[in-house]
Amino acid sequence: MTRRSPLLLSVLLFGYAFLYGPIISLMVYSFNESRLVTVWGGFSTKWYFELLDNDQILGAAWLSIKIAAVNASVAVVLGTLAAMALVRYGRFRGRATLETMVTAPMVMPDVIIGLSLLLLFVSMERLTGWPQGRGQTTITLAHITFSMAYVTVVVRSRLAHMDRSLEEAALDLGARPMKVFFAITLPIIAPALAAGWLLAFTLSMDDLVIASFVSGPGATTLPMVVYSSVRLGVSPEINALATIIVVIVSLAVAAAGLLMYRQEKRQQD
Amino acid sequence: MKWPALPRPEGRQFIIGIPWFWLALFFLLPFLFVLKLSLSESTLAQPPYLDIVREFKDGLVVLAINLGNYELLLEDSLYVKALISSLEIAAFSTLLTLLLGYPMAYAIARAPRHWRLPLMMLIILPFWTSFLIRVYAWIGILKNNGLINQTLMALGLIDSPLEMLHTPFAVYVGIVYSYLPFMVLPLYATLIRLDMTLLEAAADLGCRPWKQFLTITLPLSLPGVLAGAMLVFIPVMGEFVIPDLLGGPNTLMLGKLMWTEFFSNKDWPLASALAAVLLVVLIIPFMLLRHFERRSEEAQ
Repeated sequence: MTRRSPLLLSVLLFGYAFLYGPIISLMVYSFNESRLVTVWGGFSTKWYFELLDNDQILGAAWLSIKIAAVNASVAVVLGTLAAMALVRYGRFRGRATLETMVTAPMVMPDVIIGLSLLLLFVSMERLTGWPQGRGQTTITLAHITFSMAYVTVVVRSRLAHMDRSLEEAALDLGARPMKVFFAITLPIIAPALAAGWLLAFTLSMDDLVIASFVSGPGATTLPMVVYSSVRLGVSPEINALATIIVVIVSLAVAAAGLLMYRQEKRQQD
Repeated sequence: MKWPALPRPEGRQFIIGIPWFWLALFFLLPFLFVLKLSLSESTLAQPPYLDIVREFKDGLVVLAINLGNYELLLEDSLYVKALISSLEIAAFSTLLTLLLGYPMAYAIARAPRHWRLPLMMLIILPFWTSFLIRVYAWIGILKNNGLINQTLMALGLIDSPLEMLHTPFAVYVGIVYSYLPFMVLPLYATLIRLDMTLLEAAADLGCRPWKQFLTITLPLSLPGVLAGAMLVFIPVMGEFVIPDLLGGPNTLMLGKLMWTEFFSNKDWPLASALAAVLLVVLIIPFMLLRHFERRSEEAQ
């Protein structure tokens, strides 16, 4: 910044305070002794222990983690294929459709995606008998569909900016394309794959609306439990849960940021 | 930049084909089912609708198209009001997000080089933590005995709590808060690519800073402004969680209405008709978004 304008700086500070204030307030109140969330009753960690005793929340969290992990792994494969197609294959038949189909899920309102997928699953079951009923499988399929769009964006920008001379050298020396992909391309784009996996995982852990539409009896994910308890008002247990989520995410993102920063520095040196 | 096509055409078919068919099956095809269901009648059964293609015992196949759902949407003023109110809320909150997001993106793009990455990370970080929980955090802040009211009352600025939760104000706060990163990201991407020599030339020729901004920076960053605006406007049109948790019973939005029709009234056909209307409304903003994205890809 050539001239540091005080107005600009204060807007920036206000913006960050606006982004982080609510999260920090949740974290502070998670250590509040009193159940009346807004009255400070002294420091306590009891809500964390109550959370550990809450079988409903733990069960839902476990289901969400299972769905998120499968979703992230499949989404990374599909998203990488889509990114390869868009970056490497120039013009091909169906390119415009593919471009639209990987952009649209990111902005399409969740209620539309959720309802339309539910109707698809109901019709598919009528016609083919699969998927039988709705639950873990249908939620995972739905999550893969929107997560892969995000993975595509992340991997695509890495693929577009990578140096292809190594790949060309390997091809010139007679390596097979599959070998080149696994020995050279994959290690180069690995950070983007890791970022894409994490992003897909968090998006899945976070989704309430789509999962509510395509879920059936017996499959309750973590956001569904959080939503039904939040509708009844502020709850200290949810504050504790929020704190745990925020801490885990911040550590993961900070680690990823540090890794990227070091890599960038090494490239500059 | 053009890459030579990889050898092995059969591999190419798989690389393009697999993601293509996945998205065609799970993303495009379902919209046809929404359209089909919006033309059917609701009934008390499982699933709760009558198929538009009906086969009778004597082999007669009847196509029963029912426009009643769309007629209802037009006749009952509730739905028209919800559409207008969704448009209003989405447009106004997009503007608010822009007013906060633009100066932030501008300040980050003009910050010293080694500050930019951490500052952008701080913008993106909240997006990684649970959306639902971040919206919920505002309940504790905005409610009658919440943080803001307690602080203001302790300072003696007000005598009775201000009604903030379950008002349009809370909905706007929630939307700006949740969608700010979507606005800042494309704005930052355009502002960082801005050719600084243009500004220097203008300054050398005696152009004042605010005029530089209005005649050079703002017009050149317009693609980023519009891309960011669409990234906020489109999903907000169908937003459910924010109006449901922070808005009041009078907050009418299409996403919330669809949820009620589907989950509370079990009227799948009417919910589908609402989804179809929302989809049609969103086509133009979506085309705009694709247009600006393509332009920024070409610029790179």
